[in-house]
Amino acid sequence: MSSTAIPSLRPVPALRPSARPVAGDAGDAALREITDDVMRPLVTRPGAGWWACFAASTIALTIGVAMVAYEIATGIGVWGLNRTVGWAFDITNFVFWIGIGHAGTLISAILLLLRQRWRTAISRSAEAMTIFAVMCAALFPLIHMGRPWLAFWVMPYPNSRGPLWVNFRSPLLWDVFAINTYLTISLVFWYLGMIPDFATMRDRTTAPVRRFAYSVLSLGWNGSARTWSRYETATTLLAGLATPLVISVHSIVSMDFATSVLPGWHTTLFPPYFVAGAVFSGFGMVMTLLIIVRAVMHLERYITAAHLEAMGKIMLLTGSIVGFAYATELFNAWYSHNVYERYAFLNRLAGPYAWCFWIMVGCNALAPQVLWLRRARRSVPLLFVLSILVNVGMWFERFVIIVTSLHRSYLPSSWTMYRPTIVEVGTLAGSFGLFFTCFLLFIRVLPMIAMWEIKAGAGRAAERRA
Amino acid sequence: MSGAAREFIVARFADERHVVDAVRAVRERGLRVFDVYAPYPVHGLDEAMALRRSRLPWATLAGGCSGFVAAIAFQYYAAVVSWNLNVGGKPDNSMLAFIPIAFEITVLGAGLATAAAFLARSGLRPAIRARTVDLSATDDAFVVALRCRQTAFDRNLVERLLFEHGAQTVAWKVLDL
Repeated sequence: MSSTAIPSLRPVPALRPSARPVAGDAGDAALREITDDVMRPLVTRPGAGWWACFAASTIALTIGVAMVAYEIATGIGVWGLNRTVGWAFDITNFVFWIGIGHAGTLISAILLLLRQRWRTAISRSAEAMTIFAVMCAALFPLIHMGRPWLAFWVMPYPNSRGPLWVNFRSPLLWDVFAINTYLTISLVFWYLGMIPDFATMRDRTTAPVRRFAYSVLSLGWNGSARTWSRYETATTLLAGLATPLVISVHSIVSMDFATSVLPGWHTTLFPPYFVAGAVFSGFGMVMTLLIIVRAVMHLERYITAAHLEAMGKIMLLTGSIVGFAYATELFNAWYSHNVYERYAFLNRLAGPYAWCFWIMVGCNALAPQVLWLRRARRSVPLLFVLSILVNVGMWFERFVIIVTSLHRSYLPSSWTMYRPTIVEVGTLAGSFGLFFTCFLLFIRVLPMIAMWEIKAGAGRAAERRA
Repeated sequence: MSGAAREFIVARFADERHVVDAVRAVRERGLRVFDVYAPYPVHGLDEAMALRRSRLPWATLAGGCSGFVAAIAFQYYAAVVSWNLNVGGKPDNSMLAFIPIAFEITVLGAGLATAAAFLARSGLRPAIRARTVDLSATDDAFVVALRCRQTAFDRNLVERLLFEHGAQTVAWKVLDL
């Protein structure tokens, strides 16, 4: 602590007028600079890079909207799925997007509890990514119902049919609750985290409309130490709640598969395997997004090579866990002496969809191993390529799990092949469009870096130096 | 603690360590600190201001327990009492299968209760006028506010104390906090 230990014991010298600073020089310039840097994208016109990304995203979104409209108007017969492969592209996409979201919660909650300081620069955008990814994910079961206007039937509400309740024993219903809880808690956590920043922007903005919006959103925050004290308790509690929540969400998603009797699905390995895969794919997506954003929005000072390196380490760890899970699955299939189980995995390795399996192994288990090298972890272009590979690989993982298990199960008479139609591919493109459109709007209207957390980090760094 | 405008001594600091020292010194003189305003949670300020531990965890616990009980009770009611449906010969009371949803609702209840209790206790709500002491307190400065009382308040002494502990400006303000 400071050297002025017991001030009350010293005689108080007379107040010299020269001790008064001139007006206007108050405040810490370093802190003000953080505010300026973070607010710059919100108050300046976006550059060509942003517009190019935004145009591409909205085009993809438009294609998606058209495809979904066509599918709803016509029926899900416009998709390539059939009696045998009933869960195909759309459930693959659902699991893919849900998994993407998990990195956001990991960064904002688990790394907060573990007091990982590097998370502050990326936590806000990772949380935003979580919310947009969960929105994209929720789209797919919705349209997979075929009659999405009856989606409210999944909720247990008093009705005139008995009341006939939903089946609480079904993992699909667990999913409904898990995902809605996850979305709600993520939104609350995200919003609470932004309240102090809204107040900062309210006090710095002169444009009346923006100022009004920030006033409403900041809920009257004035930076009181009493509120800050409670705020830290509240966010720690929410982080503590979000940690088991995020693990439960993907565990429950995996139970959609694991509680069935299908070879390749019916395994107790699924919950941890899915959670690790989710974090892995999520970090892949955070990496992709942040490498683009730091270049387009000129935030290299805040999202540094060290942050990317730390994310690279997590990708290496989770990628290796995923690789180990692949090996465990194969070993268990062989060791089980169960002909169906063995066939399911032989079919993955060498069947008609083997190319998907090898893309999955190559992208998820092998490619990240290059991150053992420090030089690889510090190379931004390499990390970017790798993050794209991880995204591709993790999409194929879900495709392999769903399609290869379904297309050849117990009864050879119902064996079939599945290929997506243009409508399904267009819907996937549309979900990417929705995700990136939301994200690009987010970085223009909300502070994409948690100013107060960065300031706290800067302040504590100064304290440690002193 | 709102309503009438009252007089305050408002000191602005640029360094978080100075704030903590100043608060400690002011309190050691037997004076009360009305509040401190900062752009981020300052380490050590809770101790210096002698703030009590937050009781928010109780709200979390209450929300979580209510969520759990409600979820278990509702699932039991729906599946056993109200309309029992035979699904694959499973028992009506499939309590193990009710656990995942009960867990989710526990977390949901606890999380919402925590957030709601935090907002309510801190007086944060939409359409409220921010009780701002100094605009820079949400940006780059740390602000200590002391209430001026009629008696036993030596303004010069307080000013000197604050300057001595690194205050950049000390102002006499009439505020409606």
